[in-house]
Amino acid sequence: MAVARRGVHRSRWIKLQIFRYVVLALAAVFFLVPLIAMFEFSTRANAGGRTLEYWKSIFAYPDLVNFNLGPAPDAAIDASLELALITSLVMLVLLVPTMVWVRLKLRRLSRIIEFICLLPLTIPAIVLVVGLFPMYIWLGTNFSDSILTLALAYVVLVLPYCYRALDAGLGAIDVKTLSEAARGLGASWFSVMWRIIVPNISNAILNATLLSVALVLGEFTIANNLLYNNLQVELVHLGRANAGVSIAVAVAALVFAFILLVILTFVGGRPRGTQPEAVTDLAGPLAASQA
Amino acid sequence: MTIAGSPAVATRVGRPLLGGRRFSLDWIGAVPFLVYVAIFLLLPSAIVAIGAFFNADGSFTTENYLHLSRSYVVKATIDTMSLSAITAIAGAALGALLSYAIVTGAPNGLLRRVVVSASGVLAQFGGVTLAFAFIASIGPAGFVYLWAVHFFDYYAHGIWLFALPGLALVYLYFQIPLMVLVFLPALDGIKPQWREAAESLGGNTWHYWRYVAGPILFPAFLGATLLLFANAFSAYATAQALINQGQPVLSQQIAGALSSEVGAVEPGFAKAIAIEMIVIVTLVTVGYSLLQRRAARWL
Amino acid sequence: MKFGKLTRQLCLTVVAVFVVAACGSTSGGGSASCSESAVKTATSAAGCGGMSALEAAAKAEGKLNVIALPRDWANYGAVLDSFASKYGIAITSDNPDGSSQDEVNAVQQLGTTSRAPDVLDVGMAVALANLNLFAPYKVATWSDILDSQKEPTGLWFQDYGGFMSVGYDSSKVPTITNFDDLLGSQFKGKVALNGNPKQANAALNGVMMANLAEGGSLDDISKGVDFFHRLKQAGNFVPVQATTATVKNGTTPVVFDWDYLSAAHGTDVPAWKVFVPNNAILGGYYAQAINKNAPHPAAARLWEEYLYSDAGQNLWLAGLARPVRQAAMEKSGTIDKAAAAKLPPVNGTPKFLSPDQATAAKNYVVAHWDAAIS
Repeated sequence: MAVARRGVHRSRWIKLQIFRYVVLALAAVFFLVPLIAMFEFSTRANAGGRTLEYWKSIFAYPDLVNFNLGPAPDAAIDASLELALITSLVMLVLLVPTMVWVRLKLRRLSRIIEFICLLPLTIPAIVLVVGLFPMYIWLGTNFSDSILTLALAYVVLVLPYCYRALDAGLGAIDVKTLSEAARGLGASWFSVMWRIIVPNISNAILNATLLSVALVLGEFTIANNLLYNNLQVELVHLGRANAGVSIAVAVAALVFAFILLVILTFVGGRPRGTQPEAVTDLAGPLAASQA
Repeated sequence: MTIAGSPAVATRVGRPLLGGRRFSLDWIGAVPFLVYVAIFLLLPSAIVAIGAFFNADGSFTTENYLHLSRSYVVKATIDTMSLSAITAIAGAALGALLSYAIVTGAPNGLLRRVVVSASGVLAQFGGVTLAFAFIASIGPAGFVYLWAVHFFDYYAHGIWLFALPGLALVYLYFQIPLMVLVFLPALDGIKPQWREAAESLGGNTWHYWRYVAGPILFPAFLGATLLLFANAFSAYATAQALINQGQPVLSQQIAGALSSEVGAVEPGFAKAIAIEMIVIVTLVTVGYSLLQRRAARWL
Repeated sequence: MKFGKLTRQLCLTVVAVFVVAACGSTSGGGSASCSESAVKTATSAAGCGGMSALEAAAKAEGKLNVIALPRDWANYGAVLDSFASKYGIAITSDNPDGSSQDEVNAVQQLGTTSRAPDVLDVGMAVALANLNLFAPYKVATWSDILDSQKEPTGLWFQDYGGFMSVGYDSSKVPTITNFDDLLGSQFKGKVALNGNPKQANAALNGVMMANLAEGGSLDDISKGVDFFHRLKQAGNFVPVQATTATVKNGTTPVVFDWDYLSAAHGTDVPAWKVFVPNNAILGGYYAQAINKNAPHPAAARLWEEYLYSDAGQNLWLAGLARPVRQAAMEKSGTIDKAAAAKLPPVNGTPKFLSPDQATAAKNYVVAHWDAAIS
């Protein structure tokens, strides 16, 4: 019986690998061909042949890169990186506890929260900006008109994506049992959140953060219409120099964001294989309650 | 020492009022989120909804909402909805397949990291540059076309890239990565033991997917599809770059009514269209939640 | 005695100096320096104590907010850079791809905040519809601008313009000698408009130019819309947005655009040519205006003075736009002759759309364009 099962496993494994490679190959073709086309165009010289002049001119642009990170960023990349950080943090602090709490205690509210988290996606950014203007004027005259205030609007923009990613992660673990068990052992709500729930949904949190960072780095409309110069707006400025630069700069922005996200995946995330153990990993709170 | 079912665990956390029914203070936990959202989302939406009742000169009018029955707006509504539905379902299906191909590989491997990061970047990629990426590859002057035209002229009946079919294809470029990112955590929750259990009970692949993994993944799949629908529905810059004439997509109608510099500007009408979009997505969301409940019973 | 005489002479001198100074300041109509309140209502440099006082006040402000000025539009990149380096004023350039209406929206929405745009460069339709947002100002070279090109009190004044043209890559399509050549089979899938005529000023003028070339008049744009309908039927018209990238890549080798914008493609495409039909020379000028609530009023006024100085006008000329003071500068010899020689040749009398004609054209286009090109 075991031998027959191994045979079944083997043929299933082969079919799975074939499926995987076919799908990955097709995906690679679909996603890489347009990018290759962009890169090829950005190295096309007007007189024929190849040139790197457009790529080189990106780095000579002063308003783009200054690496002067701080509360008053003057270059576009600095501003966008800081915005990405602030937005992700605020989003996580706002969403994760709320979603866990709703799952545990306020089930009736979950549909409403789901709808609220879908709303930012239904209003086109060009219209949302019209509604945000009064808020930003008030903020600007009473607190600060720094570009970093955009983070407040960005948190709202990332809600749909992050909610979905976190919801998928929370749905895959049994939040109720985990939290009840931990509470029964005397853990505080903060402990439950931070030491039980968060490690179990670390992949979902990572995905939500990736989505949030990518959105902030790629956001154009709201910053542009509120007359701020974030990364994407600055890229449009730069791209008006000539055709080659406009595409080179777009590819450079994609590569930059990609590298940043790859680095992020090394910071967060927990190997999937350890998940079954997490359910029984109550030794921590147990020890804490007896300490 | 039992944990589950212990009476200590079964009590709720709400503090009981003196001698009466327990008044739950649980809702306080949702307050920070609700307050934030009220200020930065609901208030701007309300400003837009109310703004649609006013003319450019400030007088009250219901004309803007009545203008929603203009024929080109109705056509744009139908076109946008079908475009969004098609790209949502296709994107969800293809994205789910791609997610599965990744999740069955090494969980910490380079492939997964690369694909997840690439998905993050491409899910937000759009606008003029995405349109150009396709123009430069499969467009009438792109290298793919110039090579393929020797065998088969796929623009023989018109350049479909600059029409809704082309727009749908370009939309898939960010819909599929978005699906991968939001669906992967759900796939992560599938435990290999379930497959083994199904097999030991005599089930084959079909039984596993139909009775075990499928029903578990369905809510997440449907939710992701809804997200993709809303994502495509409100997309603007990519459509504007590819189909700059005719404004087939609703968000282009809004932009036209807000930024027209030849005198065709109608800010109240733009806001009315935006409210129409919110209403449509609300209705689709209601349909989605009904479907969720039904499906939970069927599956 | 001697001492007394000296003292008397000294006193007389001191008194005389005071009298002269008092006379001088009262005849100036204000303080010798440009105070914050004075500059907000100054309708000319004189009203602010003269050019040097205006310069000093602008430098003290140190910043200027501009909007919707892409660097490759009529050489604005050079204009912005040279102003910033000449006066040491930091320029914040926002919303590069914005339309004239976006500029006005920003002015209204940002009100009196410090990030509101100081100056605007808008199309005539938008300028005429928003007079209540502007502050009147007359630049030093005011008399060089024709009466038809400025508002009498200085609320708006035209800055540069050009003629609507068909720009094309002569290495990809044959030379255009006649406007109807565009309907030929060699132009299949190659012709684009710069924008949507229901939204963009340049596109509306493109359709009007086609209208004139097909025998229509300024009052009735129907022949132009019909031309594009026929162009679409022939499969020659593509609805994609034309950018420098699509032009260089060959997707839109033929673009209807202002001649000065079209000529910019020449840097990317060596064989780029600009065609203006002889019977359809349609001109269009843009206009400058100062925001009534400009956060940096002195810098705004200094910017206008710079734009209308010989240096500023010649920079626009270098971008192949026709500066509004061109005729006056040619007469006085201050024009950049080399740049003027590069302007696309125009043989005939140019026509300009009046505001009423523009409104009529817009109404027709809004009603019929989508059906025509679908």
